[in-house]
Amino acid sequence: MKIWISLTLVALLSGCSGIGVKPWERDLLAQQDMQLISDPIEASLDDHVYFSKEGSSGGRGFGGGGCGCN
Amino acid sequence: MTQDKSNWQQGAALGSTLAAIGFSVLQGLPNQAMAGELEKWDVDAAVLQYVESDSRVQATEAVLGATRNFNSETQLNFKLTVDTLTGASPNGAMPDDQPQTFTRPSGNGRYTVDANALPLDDTFRDTRTTVAVQWSAPLGRDWTYSGGLGYSAEHDYESSSLNASLSRFFNQKNTTLTLASSMSLDTISPEGGLPIGLSAVPEWSSTSFDADFDASRQEGSYADKQVIDVVLGLTQVIDRRTLMQFNYSLSFSAGYMTDPYKLVSVFDQPGGIVQGYRYEERPDSRLKQALFWQTKHQLQGGDIIDGSYRYLFDDWGMTSHTLDLKYRWGLGNQYLEPQIRWYRQSAIDAYQPYITSAQLAENPEALTADYRLGDFDAWTVGLRYGYRFNADTEVYTRIAAYQQLPRDFASDTTPANSGDLPGMTALMLTLGVKF
Repeated sequence: MKIWISLTLVALLSGCSGIGVKPWERDLLAQQDMQLISDPIEASLDDHVYFSKEGSSGGRGFGGGGCGCN
Repeated sequence: MTQDKSNWQQGAALGSTLAAIGFSVLQGLPNQAMAGELEKWDVDAAVLQYVESDSRVQATEAVLGATRNFNSETQLNFKLTVDTLTGASPNGAMPDDQPQTFTRPSGNGRYTVDANALPLDDTFRDTRTTVAVQWSAPLGRDWTYSGGLGYSAEHDYESSSLNASLSRFFNQKNTTLTLASSMSLDTISPEGGLPIGLSAVPEWSSTSFDADFDASRQEGSYADKQVIDVVLGLTQVIDRRTLMQFNYSLSFSAGYMTDPYKLVSVFDQPGGIVQGYRYEERPDSRLKQALFWQTKHQLQGGDIIDGSYRYLFDDWGMTSHTLDLKYRWGLGNQYLEPQIRWYRQSAIDAYQPYITSAQLAENPEALTADYRLGDFDAWTVGLRYGYRFNADTEVYTRIAAYQQLPRDFASDTTPANSGDLPGMTALMLTLGVKF
């Protein structure tokens, strides 16, 4: 797993993979709907429900705490 | 637990103070300047109503977020969340063929559960207020940073946290590496004091109840927990329509992690006679690690597919898989977004649905019958609908059903059928507005 992650990082950081866009091609990626977390409020409400009801939390962001619910 | 009005009042008072400060700041400005100032703010507000089946937990959670934009990349965000909980929650004990009577966590009262019914503690009631502030800004051309503070309080729990993150762009901002960390300091002061882990739960009918109750309590009325999170993230633009993220995260908790309100049934043998109940006890540290992958892709027509997968494992013996899929179907200035989520977790090593007298005699180090640390699958199916008045103004609603399906507990010593474990269905309704 570590080797795989390292290779991916090297490939991406070296910029030789040919993926990506030019600065003038960012019109769609700039939309709010295309952000990785397009609705932070919905995400935080979901996280609170799942944190309270499941044994796992975090991954997307912080695993959190701040709640006596688990 | 009892409803704590003071937290609610504190939250309301804080809200009105913030509003008053906001208004007085705005009143001090000429009209034109005020309009200009208002244009720099984004407001995001939502209310979630959460209702579990069989009169279990009901929650209402209201969130108000306000962001002051200084430029396209520099922002100051404030968030206020107030949630109230009522209803009944499984206390950890197994159903039995006889009615069961339990002492309330405070020691002041009891409740009785029917034969063959899942034991639920119906004194579940709380209000929590959370405030958070977050600042993010660029640092030169290739870096951004962010920092924030948070505080939350409910009548038996208090938490303070701080976080910071640093991101570096590569390849014309097509690749972003992020290192983020957060730290939280929590204090729990349970109703009725801190029970001694694995001590016998005092019997309400016993003549020595008061002495037994005192003997089951630790010294001091509160305990602490610290949580440190570190997330290493890589975001990659694949093409004009596709974005991908990989995260590796580590979360270390230390301190009091036991749920002071949860019990474990003691049986003489599987399917036998209840001998009594013990307070649960969890290990005092936990290291969780997670791998997270997310991809967003916009189709030719403008619809957006959003998929993610998380694999989590920890040193308590839990592994979990989470798959999440959303499809945003654009319809002019409206959209529909169906979503589905699947979750599966395996039980932690210290979980068993009950314990036998023989096992108890071996003095286990940790033990919990909390179903949230057991084996189960969960499904969420939801639909969100949004209407946009313009690029910045939107109202939306979302309805979702969440179902937990316990799996059989396979064990030579304490087997249990999934039918005797707490399954649950909840409905969630969200209403929100952004402007």
